[in-house]
Amino acid sequence: MSDIKENYVYSREHEWAAKAEGQIVRIGISDHAQSQLGDIVFVELPQLGAKVDAGDSIGSIESVKTVSELYSPVSGTVRRVNETLLEQPELINEQPYEGGWIAEVEVEGQVGEALAALLTAEQYRELVE
Amino acid sequence: MTILKHTPLFSLYAEHPGIRCIDFGGWELPVQFSGIGAEHAAVRERAALFDVSHMGEIWVTGRQAEAYVQQMTTNDVTRLTDGAAQYTLMCNAEGGTVDDLLVYRVSAERYMLVVNAANIDKDYEWLQQHLLPGAALDNRSEATALLALQGPLAGTVLSRLTDAPAVHGLAPFHFLPEAVISGCKVLLSRTGYTGENGFEIYANAADAPVIWRAIMQAGEPAGLVPAGLGARDTLRFEAGLPLYGQELSPAISPLEAGLGLFVKLDKDGGFIGREALVRQKEAGLKRKLVGIEMRERGIPRSHYQVYAMGRPIGEVTSGTQSPTLKRNLGLALLEIGYTAVGTEVEVDIRGKRLKAEVVKTPFYRRPLSGKGVK
Repeated sequence: MSDIKENYVYSREHEWAAKAEGQIVRIGISDHAQSQLGDIVFVELPQLGAKVDAGDSIGSIESVKTVSELYSPVSGTVRRVNETLLEQPELINEQPYEGGWIAEVEVEGQVGEALAALLTAEQYRELVE
Repeated sequence: MTILKHTPLFSLYAEHPGIRCIDFGGWELPVQFSGIGAEHAAVRERAALFDVSHMGEIWVTGRQAEAYVQQMTTNDVTRLTDGAAQYTLMCNAEGGTVDDLLVYRVSAERYMLVVNAANIDKDYEWLQQHLLPGAALDNRSEATALLALQGPLAGTVLSRLTDAPAVHGLAPFHFLPEAVISGCKVLLSRTGYTGENGFEIYANAADAPVIWRAIMQAGEPAGLVPAGLGARDTLRFEAGLPLYGQELSPAISPLEAGLGLFVKLDKDGGFIGREALVRQKEAGLKRKLVGIEMRERGIPRSHYQVYAMGRPIGEVTSGTQSPTLKRNLGLALLEIGYTAVGTEVEVDIRGKRLKAEVVKTPFYRRPLSGKGVK
């Protein structure tokens, strides 16, 4: 049984997104996604300053066995990346919603609107269960 | 839809909540029970138990059994004594690899060939096509279960369940054709596919659950865990052992894969593919399997292209981050001019050319005594 945070929204590709300060949206991958991947050993982080559209591949996450693309759940500009993951990629396994966050994207329009296009916790639960 | 095949131990998998199964060549098999990293470490440091019942067992019997196996395989089967096994390969007439396998000699008229799961039907057909009078084939794959108990504590665990002196007296690549574990008759072999000390246990399919439970119970105090195909792959990779379909194929010869030690070109009676391999050797190999290590951040994976001087020179056959060594390593089949240790190459990782270097294999060698290294 995977953990789905109630106040987060989710993409069909198993990324989560949550509002941070101002126009900033923090993103990561869901508990379900990390458990499917298994031991994560390598993260290719998004490019700082890159302009991305929702659904763009912005990086990759590798477990011992597989490579998985990371898709941006929102459109905007990559403002911060979690560099701790370069040394400790296992944080994504251990704390997918906290220490394992991957990037922060500054959205241009309304944050609420960008997030409304994604799945609620309830909808995401239906998707994965 | 395809119906996936199950091993005789499938019903036991449900007892492990962390298990994840995959379709492996038509078989529904556990890729992991708890996590690949933990299972891998258990084999290097303690012990783990694998269900590898999907492997094929084809028996060859009869007065001409030895002559026949000799003709079908690249190694010299006449060097085997009763109770000994050898790693060997079957080649096609062009010198490409049909399969890699173990040959067990029970007696001069009785051999067991252990072949890769995905190749059972192909191998059987190939063997059938070249059958000699005086030799008979029996595909016992369905009726045979295979458990692999691997790791530095494997012998300790096993000696609690069977004749301990016999277990300790068993040399590598030797076997007991009629050992008993928990009242079940098995063929007990000191072999494995992990680069660690260990045993493989061939049993009747119906006995497999009893043996599995007995080994798990005997081993749990010592830290024995069940392990899946994921760890099996990373373990064999570190040990530089080839995986058919990646390092070996009908288009890759054993010589190119660096397995010349198991190809006896001058053995009595010859073998299928010998002439092609002699020619390949005389002309000089055009490509060879080597180890590579990334010098820039990235993990090499199967089929990634390898470049040097801006041009493609081969491809990665297997690659991962080595769980034991924490280094990003690969095996790659490269043009011969780029196979010297220390040669700088580039690996195309999803559109980026990242620096790598040819390094020595195997990546991991088991310490001669004592426990596994870090």
